[in-house]
Amino acid sequence: MADQTLQAPFVAPARLTTGQQNWRRFSSNPTAVIGAAIVVLVVLAAIFAPYLAPYPTHAGEIVNFRARHHPPSLQYWFGTDDVGRDIFSRVLFGYRVSLILAIVVLGIAVPLGTTLGLLAGYFGGWIEIIIMRLTDIALGIPPLVMALAVSSILSPNLINAMLAISILWWTWHTRLIYSITRTLRGQEFVEAARTLGASPFHILFREILPNCVSAISVKVSLDAGFVILIGATLSFLGLGVQPPTPDLGTMVASGANFLPDNWWESILPGFAILFVTLGFNLLGDGLRDLFDVEEVR
Amino acid sequence: MSAPPLLEVIGLSKNFRARGAFGQRAGEVKAVRGVSFAIASGEVFGLAGESGSGKSTIARMILGLTAPSAGAIMIEGVEASPGASRARAIQMVFQNPGSSLNPRRSIGQSIAVPLEAARRRRVAVAARVDELLKMVQLPADFAERYPHELSGGQKQRVAIARALAAEPRLILLDEPTSALDVSVQAKIIELLQELGRTLGLTFLFISHDLSLMRNFASRVGVLYLGQIAEIGETTALFASPAHPYTRSLLASVPVITAEEEAMRPNVPIIEGEVPSPANLPAGCSFHTRCPNVFAPCDAIDPDFTVIAADHRARCHLLRPEADTTLPR
Amino acid sequence: MSATLLSLRDLSLEFSLFGRRAYVLNRVSLDVPEARHVALVGESGCGKSVTMRAIMGLLRSPPARITGGEILFDGRDLLTMSAPEREALRGVAMSMVFQDPMTSLNPVFSVGDQMGSILKYADRRLGRARSKAERMTRVYEVLRQVRMPDPERIALAYPFMLSGGMRQRVLIAMALLNETRLLIADEPGTALDVTTQAQILKLLQDLVAERHLALLMITHNLGVVRASANYVYVMYAGSVVEHGPTAALFANPRHPYTRALIDCVPKLSGRTTFRGIEGTLPDYAAPPPGCRFAPRCPHATSVCATPPPDLAVGGAHGVSCWLEAEKAA
Repeated sequence: MADQTLQAPFVAPARLTTGQQNWRRFSSNPTAVIGAAIVVLVVLAAIFAPYLAPYPTHAGEIVNFRARHHPPSLQYWFGTDDVGRDIFSRVLFGYRVSLILAIVVLGIAVPLGTTLGLLAGYFGGWIEIIIMRLTDIALGIPPLVMALAVSSILSPNLINAMLAISILWWTWHTRLIYSITRTLRGQEFVEAARTLGASPFHILFREILPNCVSAISVKVSLDAGFVILIGATLSFLGLGVQPPTPDLGTMVASGANFLPDNWWESILPGFAILFVTLGFNLLGDGLRDLFDVEEVR
Repeated sequence: MSAPPLLEVIGLSKNFRARGAFGQRAGEVKAVRGVSFAIASGEVFGLAGESGSGKSTIARMILGLTAPSAGAIMIEGVEASPGASRARAIQMVFQNPGSSLNPRRSIGQSIAVPLEAARRRRVAVAARVDELLKMVQLPADFAERYPHELSGGQKQRVAIARALAAEPRLILLDEPTSALDVSVQAKIIELLQELGRTLGLTFLFISHDLSLMRNFASRVGVLYLGQIAEIGETTALFASPAHPYTRSLLASVPVITAEEEAMRPNVPIIEGEVPSPANLPAGCSFHTRCPNVFAPCDAIDPDFTVIAADHRARCHLLRPEADTTLPR
Repeated sequence: MSATLLSLRDLSLEFSLFGRRAYVLNRVSLDVPEARHVALVGESGCGKSVTMRAIMGLLRSPPARITGGEILFDGRDLLTMSAPEREALRGVAMSMVFQDPMTSLNPVFSVGDQMGSILKYADRRLGRARSKAERMTRVYEVLRQVRMPDPERIALAYPFMLSGGMRQRVLIAMALLNETRLLIADEPGTALDVTTQAQILKLLQDLVAERHLALLMITHNLGVVRASANYVYVMYAGSVVEHGPTAALFANPRHPYTRALIDCVPKLSGRTTFRGIEGTLPDYAAPPPGCRFAPRCPHATSVCATPPPDLAVGGAHGVSCWLEAEKAA
């Protein structure tokens, strides 16, 4: 069958680099752009929180009982909580906790899960059996229950919360990479690499892994939102970050005591969680659209 | 005195276990049965066959990607061992240029794979990649491009460069041009002929295109359902094809000049299709479609009959005691 | 002389991609009479697939846009027809046989189901009412026409149970289900073994003769063309460069491209020098003025920068080349 791609005669010889082509496609996808904008905004807000927050000291140990329970106003954009701290400033600092959580958890889960998935998918045999059965067991444990268990054995704090989530999070990545590797294992370019004398290390990390990058990027974006949500849930239950460190989940929990009259104390931090999760989800969806088109080609 | 052949395959066989719909064992597929041939250094040996002939399985066994069920593979007289040593002796150019190159790696990175496997230094690798690109007549800046930016013919040149990077003695070409236009094919074959001459390469050329085989291979083996039906020196074999399958194959080849038409054996188009290797006919595997089938064909698998110095075929009709002769 | 069923007259087409316009078809003319097998031959990128899709109305516009010419089917211009009228013809009076029998059939439906659905939807469109039994009778009838042994059993089978050759026959049968008068075959048999391909080509030839079909075959394989077509159109970079009765064209090719192409095909006689054709396809967004083959032609002169005239070189054999014009002058 002759080479029938529509591209060959029609696209001009003047070529953009692959990077430029990708940027073009990315920026013409509204979902991706909005998602990326939100994520960038949140990240910048978190990094520059001390400079952006109107009341940076309110992120620490401070009480201001005269300003308790003030509704949102020009002075306090998101209002104040029950000890008089500015909620907006605390939300900005709270984003720091959320993002650190996401980075650490995914920073552990993704390399670990990906490596296990590659090994299981490529070598098969006993390696596959051991890794995948372990994964199956881990997938059967609800993350929240595990987090509860870990937090009650160790003390509740941010690090232990991250540990609790990481212990189980890698399994999803293992599953994903395993199935991709299984498919790619039979591809001609992998066989060609074997024939050419490439080592298994080379085949796994230089041939197969680059083909997983698109799937991993999409999953990491979607995961980030999910991890932040779980982290917020844990701290809502009192198992994560402890006061007075600002944390979105904790703020929702303590603010819930004052619903519905002082709604802003719970709802607005809730919206902050929604905002960042939405951003990551849109980014993930946008990336998926981007990569799907590439695959089709 | 004669040097041992560069590659010799003796009694090569491969059986696959067939599985039923639910994974239960459902018998054996005899993909390759007792294939033997030898390739001398510097020659182009062609393996001609259609689907189900086992040609790809043979290629994979020679490369070491699949273990044979029986038989031996000898490289320069020494039995081949799996692994790196074979990688340096034998390389392959795959059929589909689109899928044999990693879409996520640049051309330069793909060509560098065997160089890195041999642990060359980075600077030396880059220089060698440039050299190889020049050898296959591609511009040096192609090293940064990705497969999707190249045409089929260009991708196949990259595949050739990559195979050459491993500095093999023998290159296996598995239908290297069947996915390409005829003018691009001509350029690729021209390149291969040139490289064969200047680098002293030996080729094992697998194809279903007999016209191409006639012009590129010096010796040919015709495969049918995992066995060699006929084997010999190209000119002799094409001038006087002896096996009914070879004759039918030649009669079906689409030709474009009156001269070629006159050359073809005068046999009717064969009926039916190639039986599945899972259900091999008894006796001679071609007997179900053979226009000259007679008594012994459905019971006994024929041995080779020698027709000329380098030309033999396995067919009952060729035995001296057979009382039928093939019409021209 | 058979009546001309399909006629393309000076068809020109462009594509808009990434803000650039590609002039893909350049005044393509061809005729397909009834009971004749016409081949449109060219290498990849020459525009033959685009031509085929333009005839069937399968091009999305935008980005495709027909900028001139007409496509006449039975005397009526398809390009000026309304969409429903065109729909009514597609799959009924003119059908396509796709290229790859391995992937063109839906693997989860039986052959009979797929063929029955085609009839069902056609009936609905044409306002006909047929019972399932009547439809299946037609299915078996057509399967018999494509020389399938035991049509009832084949109808119950799933595509994966059939061999490549049988699947190709099923594809042909599907195209014949309704009262097809024009069959467009896209590279028939290229995915099949040479012996099976020969059978399929013979089948197509027989169908043309027996059922008075008009067959337009799109292919890049010159051997297949010579073996089965009555008339050939050679296409290069969106233009028809030469056309003629098969025997005449192969015996005496006049266009430099046709000659180069024939030279490239390996000959069974063993006397082929592999040479190829210098250069590559032109940039369709900025095609050469005049003859599109000129940049690659060893005989090109300055006059080739203007569009070459169409010349008759005896009988129905025509070529579009300045060299020929000079010879005739």
